[in-house]
Amino acid sequence: MISLAGRDIMHAWGKFVFTGLGLGLLIGVTLSMAGIYRGMIDDAKVLLDNSGADLWVVQKDTLGPYAEPSSVYEDTWRGIRSMPGVARVANVTYLTMQVREGQRDVRAMVTGITAGRPGTPGWPPYLVAGRQITRGHYEAVADIAAGFKLGDSLQIRRNHYTVVGLTRRMVSSGGDPMVFIPLKDAQEAQFLKDNEAIRQQRRRTASNSMFNPPGAPGLLEAVIASQSTNPFVNAVLVQMKSGYSAEDVAGSIRRWKHLTVYTRGQMEEILVGKLIATSAKQIGMFLAILSIVSAAIVAFIIYTLTLGKIREIAVLKLIGTRNRTIASMIMQQAVALGIIGFVVGKITATLFMAPIFPKYVLLEPLDSVRGFFVVVAICLLSSLIAIRAALKVDPAEAIGG
Amino acid sequence: MAGNGIRIQGVRKRYGSGDTAVEALKKVDMQVAPGEVVGLIGPSGSGKTTLLKCLGAVIEPTAGRMILGDEVIYDDGWKVRDLRALRRDKIGFIFQAPYLIPFLDVTDNVALLPMLAGKPNAHSRKRAMELFHPLDVQHRARAMPSQLSGGEQQRVAIARGLVNRPPVILADEPTAPLDSERALAVIRILNDMARKFETAIIVVTHDEKIIPTFKRIYHIRDGVTYEEAGEGRGFE
Repeated sequence: MISLAGRDIMHAWGKFVFTGLGLGLLIGVTLSMAGIYRGMIDDAKVLLDNSGADLWVVQKDTLGPYAEPSSVYEDTWRGIRSMPGVARVANVTYLTMQVREGQRDVRAMVTGITAGRPGTPGWPPYLVAGRQITRGHYEAVADIAAGFKLGDSLQIRRNHYTVVGLTRRMVSSGGDPMVFIPLKDAQEAQFLKDNEAIRQQRRRTASNSMFNPPGAPGLLEAVIASQSTNPFVNAVLVQMKSGYSAEDVAGSIRRWKHLTVYTRGQMEEILVGKLIATSAKQIGMFLAILSIVSAAIVAFIIYTLTLGKIREIAVLKLIGTRNRTIASMIMQQAVALGIIGFVVGKITATLFMAPIFPKYVLLEPLDSVRGFFVVVAICLLSSLIAIRAALKVDPAEAIGG
Repeated sequence: MAGNGIRIQGVRKRYGSGDTAVEALKKVDMQVAPGEVVGLIGPSGSGKTTLLKCLGAVIEPTAGRMILGDEVIYDDGWKVRDLRALRRDKIGFIFQAPYLIPFLDVTDNVALLPMLAGKPNAHSRKRAMELFHPLDVQHRARAMPSQLSGGEQQRVAIARGLVNRPPVILADEPTAPLDSERALAVIRILNDMARKFETAIIVVTHDEKIIPTFKRIYHIRDGVTYEEAGEGRGFE
């Protein structure tokens, strides 16, 4: 038996291909949305992976340092370093801000890292060009996605930093590229005020009799000095010795230091379950809407194509074609449309949408396989309306009268 | 194969019930022998189309008896379970318009019927090709329907009606869209094919150009058939 669906498609291939192209663009957007969702999760995991930490010690009762502000005294690390199971610790600060290079601004997550050597928690684990930070001030390592080059001069607040190294896939959970600078500079950047604000703060402090009592001339200077420094970091990153349970080490830090400690699993839950939860829901809604729109389009197209063949269907039924042959023809056409659409969509998403999209789009092969079966299922369901219309055609319509 | 052609005895068809019932066929008696072409003539609303639908096993008569070849297909109820298979294997249809499947070429339009009956593709196409020479469309075997003239399309439709060698062919105004010359050519072909394949052919028509060609004519008026000898010119 010849394939009626195949012959019909070949006969009107232009109609099918152009319809498939249109549907393919829609499927491409759908696959890209799924890729954006995967990219967000991957960004969150990459952020945690690249920090090199097993535990995150943050301000008590906060979800810091990524989901909520967190302040921990900068010398807290000393006590943590001496606890059982702790191999290495490092202070870290995170500040998402506009970084200026020449005439352009780039949204970036400025990360303050302690002096050390590669492998220190918080350091970029690898570079694609240049070197790591070796000086205490005014050097930076930037993610390549920021668009900076080696030797570029970046302005963060009032200070200028020279890009000495470039790294890759070092991004915040929001997808902003990371720029690493020395910790002291980052601490200063978090609290740096303009000169007028500093003068105003000093005037206010001097006018307060508690800070400037008669007969205690050194107190005002001491208070002003404490106001001008930032003794806080956002978190202490902890690497553990092998053979220790993360939960046990985290438990003892919580108990002895009165701080909140998150393990890798808990931090992932915060990032994926809380920080990007709303975005994930939005994308989920978009996926659902796009799926419904795709189904409606396929249903409409197949229904229209079927209505255009009512007389032929009546003749086919009159000359003895079984209902299942006609239903199969319509279903095959719907599936063919879906396959054309999926191939176009996959190519569009992979070659055209993902590379130019500002956020990281992760197109996982398994998602594509799932997407393919969902498209086929949607096409099969969408063809039911047309099949119903075709099966209702009376073979007597082929006979005049 | 052809057996006794087709015999219809006392066929009635009523639409609706009660006060709104319409008796479309009151008493239809017909007999067409194998190899014979008869005309079925009647004014609009006389019941021609209803009779054609009953004969074509598309709608069920209310009462009567229909015998196709040697098989009783209707006797106050269908005696055949699979009406689709009956239409496919035992009844050929030729319509006013050719109604060829636009996405199949000429050969596959004709070969489709044996294929639907489960015959192998090669066998079905061979059978279709055998009909093309007598119908003079052998040179258009690979053409698509849209590439054919009206006369060629109608000849292909005739081939489709004949391909399964049915004992009866129902032709519904097959010459309506054709000029006199082509209309007569179609009737000549139908006569030739009827003789060649021993098929009984019933031609429903209003076409006065072809009425004189029938040896026997059935008139239908108000749901009742009357037999009349035609001028009998035929195409001997």
